[in-house]
Amino acid sequence: MPKLLRPLDVYRHLPGTNCGECGEVNCMAFAAKLIERQKGIEDCKPLFKPEYKAKLEKLLEVLRPPVKEVTIGVGDRAITVGGKVCVYRHELTWYRPTALFFDVDDEMPEDEAIKKVKYVEDFELERIGVKLKLNGIAVRCVSGSPEKFAKRVAKITEVSNLPLILCSYDPNVMEEALIVVGSKKPLIYAATKDNWSEMIKLASKYNCPLALSAPGDLSMLKSLAATARKAGLDDLILDPGTFVEGDSFAETINMFTMLRREAIEKEDKDVGYPLMGVPAAVWLSPEGDEVATKMKECYVANALITRFADLLVMHTIDIWALLPILVWRQNVYTDPRVPLSVKAGLYEIGLVDEKTPIFVTGNSALTYFLVRGDVEKSGKGYLICVDTEGISVESSVAGRRFTADKVVEALKEAGIENKVKHRTIIIPGKAARISGELEDLLQGWKVFVGPKESSGIPDFIEKVWSKEVKFE
Amino acid sequence: MVRVAKEKYPKEVKSFLDTLDEAKELELRDVEILAEELVLHLVPQAAQAVPPSVHQAHAYLEEAVKLLRQALGIPAAPPSAPLAPPSPPAPTVPVPELVKTAFEPPVFSYPGSIAEVQIGATSTEGGTRGKVIKVGGEKCPPFYRFEFVPPNRPVIALDVFDVLPPLPKTIKSYYRDVLKDHVAWVNRCIEEFKADLVTLHLISTDPAIENRPAAEAAKFVRKVLDQIDIPVIVGGSGNPEKDLVVFEEVSKVTSGERLVMASVTIDMDVAKAAQTISQHGHNVIALAFLDINQVKELNRKLLDAGMPKDHIITDPSTGGLGYGIEYTFSVMERMRLAGLMGDETMQVPISCAATNAWAAREAWMEMAEWGPREYRGPLWEITTGLVNMLAGADLFMMLHPLAAMTLRKIAEVLAKPKVEKELKEIAYEKWASAKL
Repeated sequence: MPKLLRPLDVYRHLPGTNCGECGEVNCMAFAAKLIERQKGIEDCKPLFKPEYKAKLEKLLEVLRPPVKEVTIGVGDRAITVGGKVCVYRHELTWYRPTALFFDVDDEMPEDEAIKKVKYVEDFELERIGVKLKLNGIAVRCVSGSPEKFAKRVAKITEVSNLPLILCSYDPNVMEEALIVVGSKKPLIYAATKDNWSEMIKLASKYNCPLALSAPGDLSMLKSLAATARKAGLDDLILDPGTFVEGDSFAETINMFTMLRREAIEKEDKDVGYPLMGVPAAVWLSPEGDEVATKMKECYVANALITRFADLLVMHTIDIWALLPILVWRQNVYTDPRVPLSVKAGLYEIGLVDEKTPIFVTGNSALTYFLVRGDVEKSGKGYLICVDTEGISVESSVAGRRFTADKVVEALKEAGIENKVKHRTIIIPGKAARISGELEDLLQGWKVFVGPKESSGIPDFIEKVWSKEVKFE
Repeated sequence: MVRVAKEKYPKEVKSFLDTLDEAKELELRDVEILAEELVLHLVPQAAQAVPPSVHQAHAYLEEAVKLLRQALGIPAAPPSAPLAPPSPPAPTVPVPELVKTAFEPPVFSYPGSIAEVQIGATSTEGGTRGKVIKVGGEKCPPFYRFEFVPPNRPVIALDVFDVLPPLPKTIKSYYRDVLKDHVAWVNRCIEEFKADLVTLHLISTDPAIENRPAAEAAKFVRKVLDQIDIPVIVGGSGNPEKDLVVFEEVSKVTSGERLVMASVTIDMDVAKAAQTISQHGHNVIALAFLDINQVKELNRKLLDAGMPKDHIITDPSTGGLGYGIEYTFSVMERMRLAGLMGDETMQVPISCAATNAWAAREAWMEMAEWGPREYRGPLWEITTGLVNMLAGADLFMMLHPLAAMTLRKIAEVLAKPKVEKELKEIAYEKWASAKL
């Protein structure tokens, strides 16, 4: 179990004047919000006065998560990775969702590269009320030419604001590109056992974050980090290597796991930096079939998100392969202390009247958003969410959280009988087994068993409900 | 501190405050203030929205406060400090040599371990199976290979149904010609799709479907079993009363085969189920509903009723990817860690119904902007299985052949006793410069 901060640990290093400038009632409340990351240090303005310099320094030290936060890029698309305080998400929550970077290189046709960059930049997928996005571009130097690489990098920054990773082991190539985009805080990839001295100098000179790469050699990785730290660098990213060939993936998972446990449970500062994985490496030893390789890239990415990767470099942009990654990232980075649910009760969808159908479902946020969308497509509806404690309809029927009694109670609470002329309700197909009992309890009401999947609602309303429910 | 509405202040104070509210300019002369503390709220969030004249007024107010402070002998507040500027780059310290530091694997020790459950019994063990399968037995968190290599690889069980439930087309297409021949169906799962075992789902016993008598269903299981070599998981209909009878009958006619009865739930007569099933030497899957306390309670009941720990597998319920999978993931992680820390009720292998991935519309729905569903579907099931494998699941109920084969391959890699491929031989670093 990691040592989680308590408000008192933080309070000690605040001014303690309870000035309220941060919007909280007192410094203790602010301390709690700081730990929860609902407030930032910058919200405590007095802390930046000269007399609190020592406190501020101490506070920064106390608040520094065991995995440091590192920011790549500038402007509204800048992305901060790391910031982890626990190994297992149930211990608190995982902060800073894994950043997804996509590769282009300096030998592919320029229009192709720009197209991919724009795709990544504009990508947006809405799910459960959240817009899921891709985060950055990894520009790889395939040509070996500093000029060519710098030119490609310049072109990309011209068309896009996305944060960049500059990929080359050649310090000359790297500097040429840094001259162009060094002010935009790209991640320098990478310092290795051979070039560390020059790369550390470049990272210092241009004040950019630096990736350290020591494939398969954690002692070398740790040594590189210790060296960079000694040189005064602190914005570091660790790349232990993403091995995917044959059975080597077991070692990849093993290394990521060791590094994260060492950083958090052993508080080893040398490895207390974000971890970088490269699912794109599957393309070095592709499967016989392109689809199979894309699937592999997808599951490698998801295994690495699960095992602590803070940043990933991907090659594939096919939506079907990205979808599981985006959804898993969204899922695993939710706060486990907050059930994803909506308030139980009545929701009116569209311009409802007394001839509007009534739908009953659970109160899991996912259920709500899906059903709501499908009811909208069907026209309008009264949607009554029974309190299923945020659990899906299917599980809550099995777990007796969605019962006939609870439905009756929810209908009463909603006062629905005064709002409609008809006496019918539609329950989810997955709750079919409660329909008999429900009809017994709801004397005079007809219970329709709706489709098993809410996407069938528009069809169901058109072909079944509207035909059977008649108004004079 | 008690905050009082302005209206309730004494008249003089109220008129003073009203003046302040309207003030563009404020001059205080010969004022004596008796209050111990005077708090003036300058609403900062309104600052951006208010017209310039009000800004000016605020500026005057600040001036007024300064005067007030002077009048009261309170030291002037220092000007509010701007935010700390971003820290300048740390000056480079020349480091002539690599700081050599060894990385020691962070090995912990655990007071507990997970029971190993054997599925199937050979003729020398009282059954008739040609092949047995072992799950569980872990001594550390999942795939913490720097501590222990997993003693058993996670295994895959494909679904076989006595009567066909609605299935996605893409799955049905793999079995179309064997749907009536259950032995051929099982063999296809094992030989072609590389499943370790199958689940025989006795859906027909559901009172709401065919209400097939338990004895008949048991005969069906025996008949299939006699023609195959592997052990099976016997799936009930989910009706707690009927399942109990079905498990009783099946247990009798397959006595000694060490099968798995799936599932025993909290709303069943757990003690009775445990006694009947263990009396014939079978295993159970204990199914709880995404609630770690229910897992604990159910397993405690099973143990108390005499079910040996190494005959219990727990299924905490699987939410598919995008459909509550994170709850499952965290329940599994917590269960496994609790087991390793010594909680007896958690020291059992974990079962995961990766099939639940198909409840997600992303897995099966025709939707052009999501790409071909033929790829999405299996990938959804693979992902659902994979992340739960990393959380500790040992046994996977699956539907799609491609998903089953892929997850098995991943399991083989992750649980391999020795990684053969030397990392040194792999030119990983080339990813940065190769034409991909």
